[in-house]
Amino acid sequence: MINIVRFIGGFSLNFLSFLGKMFVFLFEFIYYIFIPPFKFKNFLRQVRFFGNKSMIVVIFTGAFSGMVLALQGFYALNKFGAEALLGPVVALSLIRELGPVLCALMVTGRAGSAVTAEIGIMRITEQIDALTVMAVNPMKYVVVPNILAGLLTFPLLTAIFDIVGIYGGYMVSVHALGLSEGTYFSQMELYVDMGDIRIGLYKSLSFGLLVTWICTFMGYNSGYGARGVSRATTNAVVLSSVVILIWDYMLGAFLL
Amino acid sequence: MIEIKELYKSFGKQQVLKGVNLVINEGEVTAVIGRSGGGKSVLLKHIVGLLKPDSGSIFINGEDITKLKGAKLDKIRADIGVVFQGGALFDSMTVYDNVAFPLTEKTKLNKKEIHEKVMKALSDVGLQGMEYKYPAELSGGMRKRVALARALIGNPKTILFDEPTTGLDPILVRSIHKLIRNTQKLYGFTGLIISHEIPEIFEIADRVAMLHDGRIVEVGTPEEIQKSENLIVKNFIIGIDNGGKL
Repeated sequence: MINIVRFIGGFSLNFLSFLGKMFVFLFEFIYYIFIPPFKFKNFLRQVRFFGNKSMIVVIFTGAFSGMVLALQGFYALNKFGAEALLGPVVALSLIRELGPVLCALMVTGRAGSAVTAEIGIMRITEQIDALTVMAVNPMKYVVVPNILAGLLTFPLLTAIFDIVGIYGGYMVSVHALGLSEGTYFSQMELYVDMGDIRIGLYKSLSFGLLVTWICTFMGYNSGYGARGVSRATTNAVVLSSVVILIWDYMLGAFLL
Repeated sequence: MIEIKELYKSFGKQQVLKGVNLVINEGEVTAVIGRSGGGKSVLLKHIVGLLKPDSGSIFINGEDITKLKGAKLDKIRADIGVVFQGGALFDSMTVYDNVAFPLTEKTKLNKKEIHEKVMKALSDVGLQGMEYKYPAELSGGMRKRVALARALIGNPKTILFDEPTTGLDPILVRSIHKLIRNTQKLYGFTGLIISHEIPEIFEIADRVAMLHDGRIVEVGTPEEIQKSENLIVKNFIIGIDNGGKL
């Protein structure tokens, strides 16, 4: 019994200490945004890394998500004779839910893991220490550009995901399932409003912050050696993915 | 002058520094020798404020840097260059960008002035023509040279070397030592070398301090250290393990 209490106590303390460190890291990030000089070149490089280089994977996932939504949606709506609503079903599912979530999960796998590994290697090879002794603040030089780039690129990538997904759904609905082009888009126009787009935007913005916060934190506090970096990378991807899904539900419930 | 007074540092239950006292004289090369894992690198990291001691002081030009942080600490750091054990070169940058980094980040020099300084620093360490290579394309010895060039470029008053010859063959060890000595004469910096290269280190150091079990057990000129009657120093120099105690 004492062992169980000790285990729960130890786990809780570790968890609270971890959360504390994460929030201190976040507050430091917020503080350093306002301390000049702003590393604009690093920011642009990370925008390119998160945004441009994730484009292909986002386009592919978006297209196939829209296509499969149309396929499955048609099957379900057909049972009630409501195929005309296929456009709004595809668009609302993508804009409110699947776009932000799937896009965030894909970017976490592609770019988030790489950011953790890169910062982790910088940590274990003393590059972070080298920055510090050269009086260059590593938070400003490495962390701030990454998180700001995440905040900018996640909503843009999500928008691309949504548009490509809607067109993917259009291809299947109109060219494979025989739905009229006018029905697909006019019903969408009728049911999708700015509120839905706003929810998608809030979600993608918050995912951008959460993913880059977790990934940079894990890399920055990476353990020693190859094993330390590999563990940090795995933890960053797993934690980011779980947090994306939990936060998606919480935000969805709050904003609905 | 750097003066270390009663420096204590523990990591968890392991006490690494147990009251280190050491004076590093201006314009001299001081070597700290001792066994691997004995706290030499920990001592070096305290001098640049990468670690904070549990207690004790480090005075650099009369200012206790253990009490400083932020811009005040950065100001002291601007006069200190560090050559890390593995070089700590930025692997996403070329040799040129690595060496130019302290200038591009911390000075307002124009591109032409930076170019001149980088080329001079690279020439001083014998790396002309290597400026557009990446660290991964260089040998271990070359990486150490680039790290030295990067440390030299800001013309710091002090340069700290964390085991600058680890992992190099004996010929390269001598060559790096010679380079340190020559650049020290050329630039006139105060040097602190963490090393366990015996006897090569005696050729370049003005003074040698032996760190053992978290304390400095002997300080002297290379000749004095080599003739020391202290058993710990004697055994370390000839490479004998004194019943597991050394």
